[in-house]
Amino acid sequence: MYSRAYKSIVSLPPLLWVGLFLLLPYALMFAHSFWLVRDGFLVHQWNLQNYHKLLANPLYVEVLLRTMRIAAAVTLLSLLLGYPLAYYLSFHAGARKELLYQLVIVPLWVSYLVRGYAWKTILGSDGVLNGFLQYAHITHEPVGFLLYSPFAVIVMLTHIYTPFVFLPIYAALEHIPRPLVEASQDLGASQRTTFLRVILPLSMPGLLAGATFAFVLSMGDFLAPLLVGGPSGTMIANIVQSLFGAAYDWPLGAAVSVCILLITVTLLSLAERFEKRWSFK
Amino acid sequence: MTLSKSTSTRRAPVLAVYATLVFAFIYIPIVVLIAYSFNRDGVGGFPPRHLTLDWYRQLFADGAIWDAVLNSLIVAAASVALALTLGLLAALALDRSSFPGKALFRRLVLLPLILPGIITGLSLLMFAVFIGLPLSLGTVFLGHGTALISVATTELFAGLQKMDRAQEEASLDLGATPWQTFWRITLPNLKLSLIAAGLLIFTLSMDEIAVTFFLIGRDNTLPLEIWGRLRRGITPEINAISTLIFVVSVALIVIWYRVRTRGLGAEATRSS
Repeated sequence: MYSRAYKSIVSLPPLLWVGLFLLLPYALMFAHSFWLVRDGFLVHQWNLQNYHKLLANPLYVEVLLRTMRIAAAVTLLSLLLGYPLAYYLSFHAGARKELLYQLVIVPLWVSYLVRGYAWKTILGSDGVLNGFLQYAHITHEPVGFLLYSPFAVIVMLTHIYTPFVFLPIYAALEHIPRPLVEASQDLGASQRTTFLRVILPLSMPGLLAGATFAFVLSMGDFLAPLLVGGPSGTMIANIVQSLFGAAYDWPLGAAVSVCILLITVTLLSLAERFEKRWSFK
Repeated sequence: MTLSKSTSTRRAPVLAVYATLVFAFIYIPIVVLIAYSFNRDGVGGFPPRHLTLDWYRQLFADGAIWDAVLNSLIVAAASVALALTLGLLAALALDRSSFPGKALFRRLVLLPLILPGIITGLSLLMFAVFIGLPLSLGTVFLGHGTALISVATTELFAGLQKMDRAQEEASLDLGATPWQTFWRITLPNLKLSLIAAGLLIFTLSMDEIAVTFFLIGRDNTLPLEIWGRLRRGITPEINAISTLIFVVSVALIVIWYRVRTRGLGAEATRSS
């Protein structure tokens, strides 16, 4: 029903734009990772040196592992906070459901930076939490380990990604046909069994989507470590950022980025495959 | 998560307490932030005392912040225009035509949404340097506009899928040109999706920092201006601007929510 002209008018501009300003830049990142810097100049000479350097440097491997640990902790904590919240809203909130749902959504719209900054003022050694602890006579001296540590990064990122994890889980729970839950209970299954054998498996696609999202985005975060992480909270994206900044080794930085990209894409496609297997037809 | 067996399906006190605690975790930082924007003695110490509006006064006299706000507004408005235009075309293309590389395009356009911002930001930085484009608000706009095509495409594609195709067919059958049909039928039907996508893109652009970080020239956007100040130390002036950002965000959600519920209401009346 649509003419050829119509089809090319609608498809060409976005195709060209995305090809030029998205595909080409990503391809350039890939290309850079096989180039070199010599005497402060970029040399377009294809080689694998950057990847060798990366694997041979224990610092990079160590930071990468720490990043994965932090991202895993953030994912786990966001699930532990987000899942029960979604379950409560979906099955027990009754009439207040819609309002409570909106209350979870609001912080999603609140600036990342604003929320990160809030944690900085709370966790600092002369911050709000220390002020409170001394006011309540729980401690007599400021507790120093709260800010500028991996702990602070985990708290801040968990705060940011909990609503993101909540959303797909809530959507999945809302889609579970209620007769299935009732049937399980009528047939004598306990609450626990119903949850473990009916609700949890059926919400798995949402859980996986939320978890992948939280993991991938925490893994590539460089702002939280700069804001609240301190030297011990440095993550892999900070290495990339310093290679592109002060260290001026774009090819090596690009190689580290490509590694982040590969881990991300692998996780996403794995999650997609599992989601398909778990999805309810 | 385990529920004790004695709790009925309707009532789950343990779970209710847990949910309240999660809400507390989500909201306490925001409440603290707002409370300390009125605290004369600065950020920290407990409890906040000596309430004052001084930090807001200082904020309103701060030229650099307002320049940054203006820059952010310009970038966000331009990004909305670009992303909506290209997103609308892309959604139409995905909805009603097949072209070479369609599957690739669909994945590619979503990448900036799923990949960490640093990857997209650095890729665009390399691209700008490669073609000799100097960094400025223009490159920031290029980054935001391009990355947010994903949001526009997803929203508008969903809108098109829900749309009643018979109206368009009737219009074409009755002799309207495709151009007239587009302006008189397709676009008005997509109004709600366009507003929703526009608001979302606007907010995301106003708040964007990871991509902006690498594309910024001499003029700062608001998040980058705040970022620069954070590195110098913290003052309640930042709490004050953050509080204002929060208030504006909430206002936008209320508008968005109104638009959506009105849309749903209209849909319900139409289908009944």
